[in-house]
Amino acid sequence: MGSGSRSLGPSRWTALAYVLPALVVYAAFLLYPLGRSVHLSLFDWDGLSLATFVGLANYVEVVTDEGLRAAFGHALVLIVFFAGLPTVIGLAVAAVLNRAKVRGLPFFRTVVFLPQVLAMVVVGVAWRRIYAPDGSVNAVLSAVGLGDLGRAWLGDTVLALPAVGVIGTWVQTGLVTVLLLAGMSRVPGDLYEAARLDGAGAVREFFSITLPAVRGELAVALTLTVIAALKTFDLVYITTGGGPGNRTSVPAFEVYNRAFRLGEVGSAAAVGVTLTIVIFVINLAVARVGRQRT
Amino acid sequence: MISRVERGANYVLLLVFATFALWPVGTIVVAALGSDGAPGGLANFAAAWETGRFGSSMLTSVAVSAFVVVVAGVFSLMAGYAFGTMTVPGGTVLFALFLLGLTVPTEVIVVPLYFDLRTFGLTNTFWAIALPQVAQSLAFGTFWMRAYFRSSPTSIVEAARLDGAGTWRILWRILVPAGRPAIVTMIVLTFMWTWNEFLIPLVMASNGQLRTAPLGLAFFQGQYSSGFALLAAGAVIVALPVVVVYLFLQRHFLRGMLDGAVRE
Repeated sequence: MGSGSRSLGPSRWTALAYVLPALVVYAAFLLYPLGRSVHLSLFDWDGLSLATFVGLANYVEVVTDEGLRAAFGHALVLIVFFAGLPTVIGLAVAAVLNRAKVRGLPFFRTVVFLPQVLAMVVVGVAWRRIYAPDGSVNAVLSAVGLGDLGRAWLGDTVLALPAVGVIGTWVQTGLVTVLLLAGMSRVPGDLYEAARLDGAGAVREFFSITLPAVRGELAVALTLTVIAALKTFDLVYITTGGGPGNRTSVPAFEVYNRAFRLGEVGSAAAVGVTLTIVIFVINLAVARVGRQRT
Repeated sequence: MISRVERGANYVLLLVFATFALWPVGTIVVAALGSDGAPGGLANFAAAWETGRFGSSMLTSVAVSAFVVVVAGVFSLMAGYAFGTMTVPGGTVLFALFLLGLTVPTEVIVVPLYFDLRTFGLTNTFWAIALPQVAQSLAFGTFWMRAYFRSSPTSIVEAARLDGAGTWRILWRILVPAGRPAIVTMIVLTFMWTWNEFLIPLVMASNGQLRTAPLGLAFFQGQYSSGFALLAAGAVIVALPVVVVYLFLQRHFLRGMLDGAVRE
């Protein structure tokens, strides 16, 4: 805004008055709790009796405690399923669909994006059914003669975590595909024609034209899906409750578990703050990479 | 040229992918109409509504969502208007604080909120569920509306200002009607996020008296074990409001969730 319009425009105090209602609620119910979480993370507190100041001990525990290390390890596995697989599948599907102008694309988009708008509780109820001993995964296995592989998937000590991960793949793949399709549709068609005249095949076309063109969309897709993986709480709560044992426990679930079931509020806060920092750093890093390349 | 074989393969790919996406949804819908421990057909929904006490949980969800959408919507409009068209003292820092809220996970704020609100006797109230969600929605809303107001043509605003219209009048009479698409996007996303939110009602209404619809479904899953049909019917009931809005306004969902992620 130029200085001329500023002299005519509303005063700075009017501007502040417009921001104030939002700021008050936001400060009271988001910024203040965030600060309080940092504060709480420095104490040993069971939520009832007097808290003892322990300095950074709760953060040391995040690194040394077996259960918490396992939880962060599980989050890494979920990142593969929530972000890695959807990105690979999404890239492949979007590239193929972008090459041939097929009909029914709007309908396809509506369908594959649908998992994004369903409450995680609903998603959890559906997948618990699919993974149940008499569910459709086992039914398909027996139908192709692999019935011996059937099991209660979410109760399996090794396969429960990948099983939860596949649900994440299901939720995120549509989002990534739709995002990449939008990016690819903006690539001018004559670029492809020129490449084809040069004799480039589908694969070279993909790596030399399509992939570089959707770098920005890829950055966004990775940010969204990695953060979704790190924030996973509802899904674990509904499908496995962190079990069997703690095989599917993740940081977000540990925050809840420690604060409201185990009475380790300080530790819960430290896990929460660590998670917030990790998410913040990933966001900054991806934003920076995206900006440099585009 | 794209060969007929490749084109055919593409349709197969579309079909496989769409089937994968719809499989869990189909599982629920088919089961909801089945007779696994239930009367079967549409009567299942009435039975699930009774047994799962969805009457009260859906009502709570409607009230919470309406409150969050309206309050966060109006406050976001006002804040976005100021950030986008006026000089706010400390504006850069204040706006950065709002952006921060886009990345803060619910887990980190819900722990201190529970214990602090408990001190004031506010847990297990409507406010404990709604106000934290207003705060979360303000982060996106302010960011989203600021982007709209920054892109709106200044000439109309200047003209109105010269005609003697105040800032309040310009906002509600000129900018809000012209910004309907952006506002609708904000409303549908806030509605979806609030309706689907699980952790905040789980923690804030821990005594189980006040349940939102997703929470009611989670409790129903925990308690009800005679067959899957009624649970599936309950899942359909909980998902339906957002799915219906999505089917009618899906363009807004796509735009909001995709563009909203592309921050400066």
